Amino acid sequence: MYDVIIIGAGVSGAAAARELSRYQARACVLEKEEDVCCGTSKANSAIVHAGYDAEPGSLMAEMNVRGNEMMEQMAEDLDFPFQRIGSLVICLGEEDMPGLQKLYDKGVANGVKGLRILEREEVLKMEPNVTDEVYAALYAPTAGIVCPFSLNIALAENACENGVEFRFNTAVRNIIKTDGGFELQTSRGVFRTRCVVNAAGVYADEFHNMVSEKKIHITPRRGDYFLLDKSAGSHVSRTIFSLPTKYGKGVLVTPTVHGNLLVGPTAIDIEDKEGTNTTREGLDQVISKAGQNVKNLPMRQVITSFAGLRAHEDGSEFLIGEAEDAEGFIDCAGIESPGLTSCPAIGERIAEIVKEKLNLKEKDDFIATRKGILDPDTLTKEERAELIRREPAYGNIICRCEMITEGEILDAIRRPLGAKSLDGVKRRTRAGMGRCQSGFCSPRTMEILARELGVSMSEITKTGGKSRLVAGTNKDTL
Amino acid sequence: MKNYDIVVIGGGPAGLAAAVSAKKSGIDSILILERDKELGGILNQCIHNGFGLHTFKEELTGPEYAQKFIDQARELEIEYRLNTMVMDISHEKVVTAMNREEGLFEIQAKAVILAMGCRERARGALNIPGYRPAGIFSAGTAQRLVNMEGLMPGREVVILGSGDIGLIMARRMILEGAKVKVVAELMPYSGGLKRNIVQCLDDYGIPLKLSHTVVDIKGKERLEGVILAEVDSNGKPITGTEEFYSCDTLLLSVGLIPENELSNGMGVEMNPVTSGPKVNESLETNIEGVFACGNVLHVHDLVDFVSEEAASAGENAAEYIKGNRTSSGGRDIRLNPVEGVRYTVPVTVNTARMDEELTVRFRVGGVYKNCYVSAYFDNERVIHRKRQIVAPGEMEEIRLRKDQLLKYPDLEMITVKIEEA
Repeated sequence: MYDVIIIGAGVSGAAAARELSRYQARACVLEKEEDVCCGTSKANSAIVHAGYDAEPGSLMAEMNVRGNEMMEQMAEDLDFPFQRIGSLVICLGEEDMPGLQKLYDKGVANGVKGLRILEREEVLKMEPNVTDEVYAALYAPTAGIVCPFSLNIALAENACENGVEFRFNTAVRNIIKTDGGFELQTSRGVFRTRCVVNAAGVYADEFHNMVSEKKIHITPRRGDYFLLDKSAGSHVSRTIFSLPTKYGKGVLVTPTVHGNLLVGPTAIDIEDKEGTNTTREGLDQVISKAGQNVKNLPMRQVITSFAGLRAHEDGSEFLIGEAEDAEGFIDCAGIESPGLTSCPAIGERIAEIVKEKLNLKEKDDFIATRKGILDPDTLTKEERAELIRREPAYGNIICRCEMITEGEILDAIRRPLGAKSLDGVKRRTRAGMGRCQSGFCSPRTMEILARELGVSMSEITKTGGKSRLVAGTNKDTL
Repeated sequence: MKNYDIVVIGGGPAGLAAAVSAKKSGIDSILILERDKELGGILNQCIHNGFGLHTFKEELTGPEYAQKFIDQARELEIEYRLNTMVMDISHEKVVTAMNREEGLFEIQAKAVILAMGCRERARGALNIPGYRPAGIFSAGTAQRLVNMEGLMPGREVVILGSGDIGLIMARRMILEGAKVKVVAELMPYSGGLKRNIVQCLDDYGIPLKLSHTVVDIKGKERLEGVILAEVDSNGKPITGTEEFYSCDTLLLSVGLIPENELSNGMGVEMNPVTSGPKVNESLETNIEGVFACGNVLHVHDLVDFVSEEAASAGENAAEYIKGNRTSSGGRDIRLNPVEGVRYTVPVTVNTARMDEELTVRFRVGGVYKNCYVSAYFDNERVIHRKRQIVAPGEMEEIRLRKDQLLKYPDLEMITVKIEEA
């Protein structure tokens, strides 16, 4: 019997697991995919929002502002990339100024610090590539960007180190209320627990509705994105948002923490909870809207496009707390934007609820920090030479676009909750994330994975399940 | 810091030929830096034949062709480092490289020959919508898997793009037991060599669909199929022409991009058309003593021409080291590609520095039948050569003779164009 089972190893589930690992409790995370960070958490804008969007008084507003405040310390403790670069909401005409003012007012009411409305000249001085049509902008210096993969992985690794179990490839099929808890029927057997944390992203409504009569409904809201080459990364130096107008919500243009440029997303409501395919219409929409706020976008520098699904709950609000009619079932549902920003606060809130519920005691040996995979680029030449002397694998470049060494890939595979697939390596090290999109390094990374995992090359997958990269050996069907 | 007269970046066909020629021209202090575990570059995975027809008058496989140059390099005792990645080259020609044994190290070169080759365009650059499952490979990656690792990427194959590697891989996959259903090409003409279309597609009954592209990719984990559609003259898919092809593998052969990250880093001036350095008649970039050759300069179809070009770069680098290159009395004549000619390599010719004859290579922007390749010396048409057909997939050339150029002492510009008959 577990004290708490968390369904889902995305940022919310991993943040809840990490915060719960401060306490003496038997905790387990069940994840249907082969790795952490496989759903909404891996495909989003990677933005740490300032907090002026959400309605004052909403849980979304509270979690956003708190999450933003916590992010810096968390990035330091858990060693993931976060940069407070600030953001601008672009207003294109005087007639839209009331909308901009309203955002400012909401931000002030939500407790966002440092907000200012800038005039045209100041905006263009800050961001010369913002459109010449700009009339004014809302500047939020506290906004930032983060690596969502590293954040998610860091939270999970730290939780794991503090004793939380992780079960991958384990899909929850049914949840039954039992005396003093729940029985979870999964693809890998039955799990019993006193409490459930439902952090299942776009599937959170299905699990909630298994135990509660107060039904909720979540719509997968797809967002299509383009990622541009690093040569385009300095086109803007802050996140550039559109002011929502009668023509709808525009797309954002932002640098990423790794120096690429990200453009997107769309907002297309779909039925399929696995519908992460981009569409022609979606991509065309991004292209047509991208130029509204930023001029001369080098769209020829696109290196990949992708789509992610936001878990949009009908009430457009985070549902965090115990289900009214299912004691011990803690929802963490409807976590759409600003969910990534909010995850530190969401984890904290969930842990508080579970702690109260189960009367948990704090551990005295909680490990609050974690070291990420060493990035040799951060070393001096001397330090790097010394590292290669000690560990020659750091002298062997595997991914030539991102200059990722074998040493980093080995670390990604060998550490707790290590990578088991090509995408797992990619999310941990960036190998394959560059301009050639793994054309050069994938056979080499497959070789390292096969060697480290003790399997043949033909068993290596892109991202678990049936995603094997090769079908077999030469002539084996002749 | 170590010192070498010439550092060659890349040990593929271009780097090898350049180093061999520099050595033969009398330079002893040469170092080749190669990132892979052996010399020969991409030729090592090109196990089909057809290489060397021009150079050796025989049909060699890629590895055999490479071996001829590797043997020469060994005989000439040219130094090389394998498994060594060049991280950076400074404007002052300090090369920073890294490998497992020596760690991070620096070399001061007097001359640098850029011979890094090219990479394949990836799916992302095409904005093909759909899922991102396993089973989508660039043709060259698939070639490496099949020919070097002995692994089959898949069983039922669709190929997008009719570049030479895609055509070669169509045949290769068939020979290994896969089904190749179709090759789709966005353009109304193939980007590959005619002989490859005949020998790799026609001979195996593989249909080539021109003016077609992939408009959707199906399959969440492993590829399950693609949708092809016909495109209009602007390359836009035509509604109603969509057709589903079930397949577990999609190979992309949609273009090669010279790999010039290092050149950019050291401040080499680029030609936006070729994505390679702008060079003069000596294949020298805007940085004195920095030369470029092979696919890093512009993408070739035949390795024979790579070797020829690289040998010239190596010789010129040697002359530069020996201080024999003089521009006195010569003048820089600009080459001006227009009307069907997309670019020229080189972009300028200096009459004092040029050899008795200079090959100017270029590609055309479309298919032209019964046309003329013409060169105008300022306003006078001097070269007018009849061609039955020219196409973007086959590199073209004209030859400029020094004695001819010297007859035009005030010549400023040579315009190269395609003229309809």
